[in-house]
Amino acid sequence: MSKRFNRIPERSPVARRRGRSRRAVAPLTAVSVLVAGAALTGCGEQRDGDVYTVMNSSTDETYHRWDAEAMARCGTRLGVTIEQQSVPAAQVMTKALRMASSKSLPDIVQFDASEMPTFAEAGGLVDLKTLGLSTRDIPQGIVNFGSYKGTYYGAARSVNTLALFYNKDILDQAGVKVPTTWDELRKAAKKLTGGKRYGLALSAGGAEDGVFQFTPFMWSNGGDETRLDGPQVAGALDYWKALLADGSLSKSTVSWTQADVNDQFMAGNAAMMINGPWQVETLNTKKSLHWGIAKIPVPRAGAPSVGPLGGAVLTVPNTGDKAREKRAGEIVACLASQKEQLTYALNSWMVPANAKAAAVWRTRVPELDALADQVAAARSRTAKLGAGWPSVSLALQSAFQSALTGQSSEAALKRAQQRATSGN
Amino acid sequence: MTTSIVTAQAPGKASRTAATPDPARLRRRRRLAQWGFVAPAVVFMLLFFGYPLVRNVVMSFQHFTPKTFFTGDAPFNGADNWSHVFQDPLFGKALWHTLVFTAGSLLGQFCIGLALAVFFSRRFPLNGVLRSLILLPWLVPMVVSGIVWRRILDQDTGVLNSFLDTLGLGGHTPWLTSPGMALLSVILVNIWIGIPFNMVILYGGLQEIPKELYEAASLDGAPAWRTFRSITLPMLKPVITVVLVLGFMSTVKILDLILALTDGGPADATQTLGTLTYQNSFVRLDFGAGAVVGNVLILVSAVFAVFYLRANRTEGK
Repeated sequence: MSKRFNRIPERSPVARRRGRSRRAVAPLTAVSVLVAGAALTGCGEQRDGDVYTVMNSSTDETYHRWDAEAMARCGTRLGVTIEQQSVPAAQVMTKALRMASSKSLPDIVQFDASEMPTFAEAGGLVDLKTLGLSTRDIPQGIVNFGSYKGTYYGAARSVNTLALFYNKDILDQAGVKVPTTWDELRKAAKKLTGGKRYGLALSAGGAEDGVFQFTPFMWSNGGDETRLDGPQVAGALDYWKALLADGSLSKSTVSWTQADVNDQFMAGNAAMMINGPWQVETLNTKKSLHWGIAKIPVPRAGAPSVGPLGGAVLTVPNTGDKAREKRAGEIVACLASQKEQLTYALNSWMVPANAKAAAVWRTRVPELDALADQVAAARSRTAKLGAGWPSVSLALQSAFQSALTGQSSEAALKRAQQRATSGN
Repeated sequence: MTTSIVTAQAPGKASRTAATPDPARLRRRRRLAQWGFVAPAVVFMLLFFGYPLVRNVVMSFQHFTPKTFFTGDAPFNGADNWSHVFQDPLFGKALWHTLVFTAGSLLGQFCIGLALAVFFSRRFPLNGVLRSLILLPWLVPMVVSGIVWRRILDQDTGVLNSFLDTLGLGGHTPWLTSPGMALLSVILVNIWIGIPFNMVILYGGLQEIPKELYEAASLDGAPAWRTFRSITLPMLKPVITVVLVLGFMSTVKILDLILALTDGGPADATQTLGTLTYQNSFVRLDFGAGAVVGNVLILVSAVFAVFYLRANRTEGK
């Protein structure tokens, strides 16, 4: 069969084409390598002069819109374009790390405050004070909330914490006063439990949600995250166990997120709940629901109610481009300015970080007064542990879930402390 | 066509080679061309399978933390990560859960899938419609199934418990909230998800079995069970191997379903190697430890891949 081609004269177009197709093999290989290489390097994109990017976790339509509006206002004021890039909250950290290794970090990243220390410790953040941001009018607790090892890396626009939400109608019907101590809460919850309804709903799910909800009980009882096997932590956990044993808490508590808790409360399946102000927007969609808010009850009358400080902070990642970092600092300052804070806080039902803005906020939403008080005394989860928090949080989740499903609090917490200190 | 390309000569040398065809050169050229066609696939495999695999193994011997992403420094720390992970009581638990989960899921999926495949290989009205309906769980994204099942299995407000209640069967089963039950519930959901895959492949296999064999069996008066055992099962063996091995591969690395259903809880009762890798790498950001668990997972899969290849080879002979 080859004879036919061998007889074709040199330079014939057919032969040339054949020859080329044979020689094409090597280039084909080279091309496939190049394409693959280009696909890998394509990530490191060039930054555009006047366009600044903010990465946050505002994937909800409302939050995304509020942020976009605030960014548009600040963009106009500073003469730049600010682009918003929203990723799911659980992915902000890993995405930012990946971007760091490919040198394509955005100009501003909004981290959950409990994650910020990890990124700061890795050397990824710029000290906001060097960029000209001031902490004037910001309460020390909230400055610490945005700081790691004494350096101010994160500017909070608003903060939140947990509080006791109660269904006014159900409490009135049962003639139950809003509880202020653990004893009162336990009695009230028991009295309000009946039929399909539980007295109290809270989240003890196996994620940060559950730990966030456990902290006010742990801290108000004098417990501490650096000593999970201390008697005060066990006392707080025993209190949760008692609520469960009373039947005042659903057995599903261990699988609920805070959003699930809110659903239960709204459906009338719970008379009271522990939750945060970010649920208010959803709560208000149900007009027939009359809810009130109070400080989380404390172990003994008169003891301070210590809740966890939650919320996100705006940070400027270390990109090496000083001029851009400076500009990014100005954008952060604008987004976290008193005026923007108030707008954002009123939209999202969270408490402004700035004391002056918070004072105005209190007059505008008097029904959330209890929340503002709780925020003033609230504590940051990472204040003591910094980047060590995630390990302790995982150990604690496992511990309270074990205890709520049958183990003794002491044994579960002892193991948790071992796990936390061994780094496992 | 291929041969004519290979034997065609480069211009200029055509006349010489036409007179004395050099078999060694021809063979070399052919070899080169063959490699040329294989090269894109090899490059692809090396880049996207080989590199991550090697990287993962290397990473498991490194102190790889968030800082590494900035500095690029990941100092080698010997077998520290490995000993750390193996000393973690959670690792043993996760390994055990993974084995139970995989064995339970495969058993359930396979038995029900086979039963349905046999059932649907008869002719009856609406056969096609019903068969396509059963595919649904396969089409729904895993996370969606997980979230829906989480609601169905809720202890107080779940549909399943309400249903059991109306039947007078209690109805307070703590499906996902008791550490003793959670793993079983997760397995049941995974069986539900895996049935269509098993059914479709086994159904295809059943269609391949010559009808004459069954006719002969019925002439010999073989009862249904005997026919199934002596004809269906042995004839289906190659397909069964494929189904089980593919099922194993997708089950052993389970992550999304468990994250959606229980997040590994309650009290780590549903932690598997997959969730442990995720937790180490993406929650605690200890990528070295995450890589260790990942490697164990790869190793387990590799062992089964070897079985699969061997089984395939013997079938081929």
